Amino acid sequence: MTPFLLKRLGIGIVTLLLASIVVFAMLEVVPGDPARMMLGMNATEDAVQALREQMGLNQPLIMRYLSWIGGFLTGDFGRSYTYSVPVAQLVAERSAVSLPLALISLFLSTVIAIPVGLYAAAHRGKASDTVAMGASQLGVAIPNFWFALLLVYVFAVALRMLPAGGFPGWGAGVWPALKALILPAIALALPQAAILARVTRSALLDVLNEDYIRTARAKGLPRNTVLWRHALRNALIPVFTILGLQFSFLLAGTIIIENVFYLPGLGRLVFQAITQRDLIVVESVVMLLVATVIVVNLLVDLSYAVIDPRLRNA
Amino acid sequence: MNGFKKLLAAGVLLLATSAAALAARTDLVLGVVLEPPHLDPTAGAAAAIDEVVYANVFEGLTRIDETGSVQPALAESWTISPDGKVYTFKLHTGVKFHDGSTFDAEDVKFSLDRARAADSTNAQKGLFAQIDTVEAVDPATVKVTLKQPQGAFLYNMGWGDAVIVAPESAATNKEKPVGTGPFKFENWARGSSITIVKNPDYWGTPVALDKAEFRVIPDPAAATAAVLSGDVQAFPFFPAPEARAQLEADPRFKVTIGTTEGETILSINNKKPPFDNIKVRQAIAYAIDRQAIIDGAMFGLGTPIGSHFAPHNPAYIDLTGTYPHNVEKAKELMKEAGLQDGIKVTLKLPPPPYARRGGEIIASQLREIGIECEIVPVEWADWLQQVFKDKNFDLTIVSHTEPNDIDIYSRKDYYFGYDNPAFDKVIEELNVTSDEAKRKELYGQAQKILADDAVVGFLFELARMNVWDAKLEGLWVNAPIQANDLTKVHWTE
Repeated sequence: MTPFLLKRLGIGIVTLLLASIVVFAMLEVVPGDPARMMLGMNATEDAVQALREQMGLNQPLIMRYLSWIGGFLTGDFGRSYTYSVPVAQLVAERSAVSLPLALISLFLSTVIAIPVGLYAAAHRGKASDTVAMGASQLGVAIPNFWFALLLVYVFAVALRMLPAGGFPGWGAGVWPALKALILPAIALALPQAAILARVTRSALLDVLNEDYIRTARAKGLPRNTVLWRHALRNALIPVFTILGLQFSFLLAGTIIIENVFYLPGLGRLVFQAITQRDLIVVESVVMLLVATVIVVNLLVDLSYAVIDPRLRNA
Repeated sequence: MNGFKKLLAAGVLLLATSAAALAARTDLVLGVVLEPPHLDPTAGAAAAIDEVVYANVFEGLTRIDETGSVQPALAESWTISPDGKVYTFKLHTGVKFHDGSTFDAEDVKFSLDRARAADSTNAQKGLFAQIDTVEAVDPATVKVTLKQPQGAFLYNMGWGDAVIVAPESAATNKEKPVGTGPFKFENWARGSSITIVKNPDYWGTPVALDKAEFRVIPDPAAATAAVLSGDVQAFPFFPAPEARAQLEADPRFKVTIGTTEGETILSINNKKPPFDNIKVRQAIAYAIDRQAIIDGAMFGLGTPIGSHFAPHNPAYIDLTGTYPHNVEKAKELMKEAGLQDGIKVTLKLPPPPYARRGGEIIASQLREIGIECEIVPVEWADWLQQVFKDKNFDLTIVSHTEPNDIDIYSRKDYYFGYDNPAFDKVIEELNVTSDEAKRKELYGQAQKILADDAVVGFLFELARMNVWDAKLEGLWVNAPIQANDLTKVHWTE
């Protein structure tokens, strides 16, 4: 187990380093000057130059890369060009929205998808299977921003049960904050659940065709016991793989949902930072997301070993 | 708890709630599309900064009111020397900054000197270019000497970029703005909202609102939902004109259409052949059908313009008839320019809907006279670099939102590449004229020259659709300057 872990960690660190170079280089190639962006069309040339100097943009490229990466290693993420507050503070504030949202959505999609997938697999080919899979097909097909707007019109505009958007902050209390996350979490979770349910069903069906399932049934075990104890555990590997991918998606890929609900999350931070050429914020958040994806993948790999003892010595 | 106490408690509760019900509301949530990058209006061009802090948190010597005219602000009054070069401002006394420090002539000197210093990062540094010296005569008197008379000096001092800041807090105004205004900055939940509260120590007329929150809602559909659900009670510059009919039909809301200072134009690179030929620019002017663009791209909102001037300005003259929509004439001019076989050009479009949607329509209108546009969508940062700074473009669509900015056509090395000594002369004269009647005449001449030269394709003045709660009063319908002035806003009931 330990060599496995060390190897994975090493790969992770190299990936991070490569990603930092790619991210930095890519943003340097993108046209647009952060200082000019800030001062607009009426700015005089000397004002733009003064601001470039202030932002440290006149330093050579390699120096800027080294000071950025050096700061990163010592926990200093730098200061946002536009907001002029520490990047670490921005990221922490935004993560306080994106992380709970991602976790709630993941939880919702799991508790919906796995039972549906199980049920559909157990009733394969019957009417209930067709209905469940038809519903999940619909869930995959519906764009989540459209579904989000539908939720807003029903629960916020018509019923006035939940806010139409915005985030009051955790300082306003746990319930008001959670309330603001309910609709976005549902909008994110349902399409994910639809995918997950289909994966669960097909993974289970593969397993149910295996010889040992027939053996288990032949020795007289009840259908449900076979399904839960023998089949589900062996079907979990593809399910966990999808879950890992979905978590990474939920953390970073929610720009559209964050826009519809005007939530101050990480996705919007990156989007806004890109349009304003707030390079240091983009670089830092992208690195953080890369790190998260690496950690989540590591956890998924570890979960394989927990699920399947044969993989523990691999 | 015994019965009597219960009764008493219930009575108190009842009293409290009914008293609250009688008093008018004193809070407001106002929707804005863009979040400001920071809150220091003296260090950034973003309209979103002024839309939060102008007149609310920060004040200048003068201010611009809803009609676009100059009013006294921190300067109670002023006198101008006969040669038009020395302005002596009499300041209000007893004014305090939000951090408790006293405002006086030294703060004015500091603010104006800071804005025009060599290392200044003021986005409108040009406003201060004519200032020669600033002198604090006594705590309540400031004398500003100009290098040469400047007709628009008092107007310039009313810009958000010319507000008065204190030396103690100037460096931190980006995160925690400290001004002299009737509202104090309270909190900024980045990405979400900015809250300001009433300043109890304000020197002037106190405001009616106790608290105002600017909530950032970038998505048009989300903005509509936020207004319909009552989450926001006012949305000036509402981003979803498609919802106009629905909101107008709802008695809870008041919908108004106001004017702005945004001259929306099809910019032409005058230095680049074949656009250096006036015949080609005239052909473009004839080819453009303004009303079709307004109807197709702006849901009918917008006023056609024939030159670079806002129709609500008293000095405006209607020049939309200079080159009326006439495809035949346009084709003829193309032929005279030797381009009857057509040309291929690029049309670079920044993100706002007026450009992206308007661009499609203009491209089809130009196709009719043989100009084939390749549409290139660009981001703002990219536009500023490629088009504005490097002048690497043929055509582009943009709204020039700075107020009274006809003088940009006389700037050397400006991105249109327009160069006409006759026009420059009018602007020079305008700069040193303060007589209103004479200024009006000169503005008329300037508009006429630009229209005749067909410098760019003049399209329309950007309109703004406002929606707010029908019980709310005092918000600006028109936007002569980028601001959400809340100083007169109150609830009726």
